[in-house]
Amino acid sequence: MGDGSALSGAGSTDEHRAASAAAEAVARHSYGKLVAFLAARTRDVAGAEDALAQAFAAALADWPVRGVPVTPEAWLLSVARRRLVDTARTHHRDGEAAAVLALLAEVAEPHDDDAVLPDRRLELLFVCAHPGIEPAARAPLMLQCVLGFDAATIASAFLVAPATMGQRLVRAKTKIRQAGIGFEVPTREQLPQRLDGVLEAIYAAYAEGWADSTGADARGRNLAEEAIWLGRLLASLLPREPEALGLVALMLHAHARRDARRDADGGYVPLAHQDTRRWDSSLIDEAETLLRSAAALRGPGRYQLEAAIQSAHSVRRNGGLPDWAAIAQLYEALHQLTGSPVAALNRAVALAPLQGAAAALDALAPLAADARLADYQPYWAARADLLAQTGALQEAAHSYERAIGLERDPAVREFLQQRAARVGAA
Amino acid sequence: MEYMLMIHADPAGLQALRDAERSTALAAYGAYTAALQQAGVLREGNRLRNADTATTVRLRGGKTEVLNGPFIETKEQLGGYYVIDVPDLDAALSWAARCPGASHGAVEVRPVWAMDQP
Repeated sequence: MGDGSALSGAGSTDEHRAASAAAEAVARHSYGKLVAFLAARTRDVAGAEDALAQAFAAALADWPVRGVPVTPEAWLLSVARRRLVDTARTHHRDGEAAAVLALLAEVAEPHDDDAVLPDRRLELLFVCAHPGIEPAARAPLMLQCVLGFDAATIASAFLVAPATMGQRLVRAKTKIRQAGIGFEVPTREQLPQRLDGVLEAIYAAYAEGWADSTGADARGRNLAEEAIWLGRLLASLLPREPEALGLVALMLHAHARRDARRDADGGYVPLAHQDTRRWDSSLIDEAETLLRSAAALRGPGRYQLEAAIQSAHSVRRNGGLPDWAAIAQLYEALHQLTGSPVAALNRAVALAPLQGAAAALDALAPLAADARLADYQPYWAARADLLAQTGALQEAAHSYERAIGLERDPAVREFLQQRAARVGAA
Repeated sequence: MEYMLMIHADPAGLQALRDAERSTALAAYGAYTAALQQAGVLREGNRLRNADTATTVRLRGGKTEVLNGPFIETKEQLGGYYVIDVPDLDAALSWAARCPGASHGAVEVRPVWAMDQP
């Protein structure tokens, strides 16, 4: 939990530490479950979050004195539910209050021995990625409702002003309540399309975390790992959906190479030069297993293709060479499927080891007019590398310059500057 | 919409660099400026001389005061600025994050308030 969330303000005594550690543990495992359960009937996510925040605050006051309850989850739910009832009585007009109270009555008071809280997180994930929610709010909404991230942390991760992110989240929650977006798992016919939204939002969160090369945000939570956690949750709830498995495989493959992206001095190391001993073998093994299970379900898709590409790169850990023909084909299939210019870019780059840099540049040429790549650093860096290989040094230098000017990460910027210096000096 | 990106950094940081490192840092600014130009968003931008070259003027009780030094003495100084024209704040922040100043200092993003705007 970040600053300003349910768990800030813990005391310093041992009891407080134990109580806040217990609360933190419940929050990590159950926050989303509690929000989903409380909001499923009322569709009032913000209200559920407020009530839970108050319940956590009450826990931090109560648990150090009376000890951590046997079933902390049920304790928190019970307090939060009472807060919701109180709020409904005080703030809603008579008719509205009665309606809310009737809904809350259906949220059964959990018994202390009732350790099993119905898991409505899958429904909550589908609500967060509902077509009625603006796309830019979907991943942030998941991070907030399911994992309890505060708006400021999410804003930094997505490079958006905290006020903007706060408004975006409030708007989304208002929409859920006012439009009556249902806490339901979509029907069989709707599922593929609706699932895309959920997968996309989880992957967006992962990508933002991946860009944060130093690994952790200022408050100590790594967005990439949290996205993997969401992906695993989704895959465990939908074990027969190949794309859900494919997304986890993709994220695990990328994550396995996290540490290898930097050398001992903090310098950037591109994939081709990474020391494979620094790849996390167990994550790669898990990714491979997931990808095989996904393939067995016979429903190909974007994330399985991307995971397969990462898998083709991972053969280097056994001393093998990447199968560039397969990689180029997979990118081609990905491009056919998604129309993504980035897939076309990567396909062109994969042609270089097969047919030479000149052929790769030819394949890249049609992308020069694509406005979506004009400010995309990897396009300029790839173009510069290929130009340098063909001996077009001046053009290469110009493309490196573009890439350097567009890069956010100082380590990558420095790496590009070194490459630019090499072609400049030649 | 126009935004000003104000680069606040400790000038001692740049001075402490060796010559080669300093020219690399300056080249990064050059590349960044070029990227802003190529994207067609750059209105203007410049470096500022160090704050010890500043002179501050104020009128108090009918008397003009002229003081050596900047308005506020801080370790991190306003060292340069860009004015960019982009669709919205999100786009301005994404350019600010690419500014080399974001990694060795901080980039403050403020919307320009034109004289003819309410």
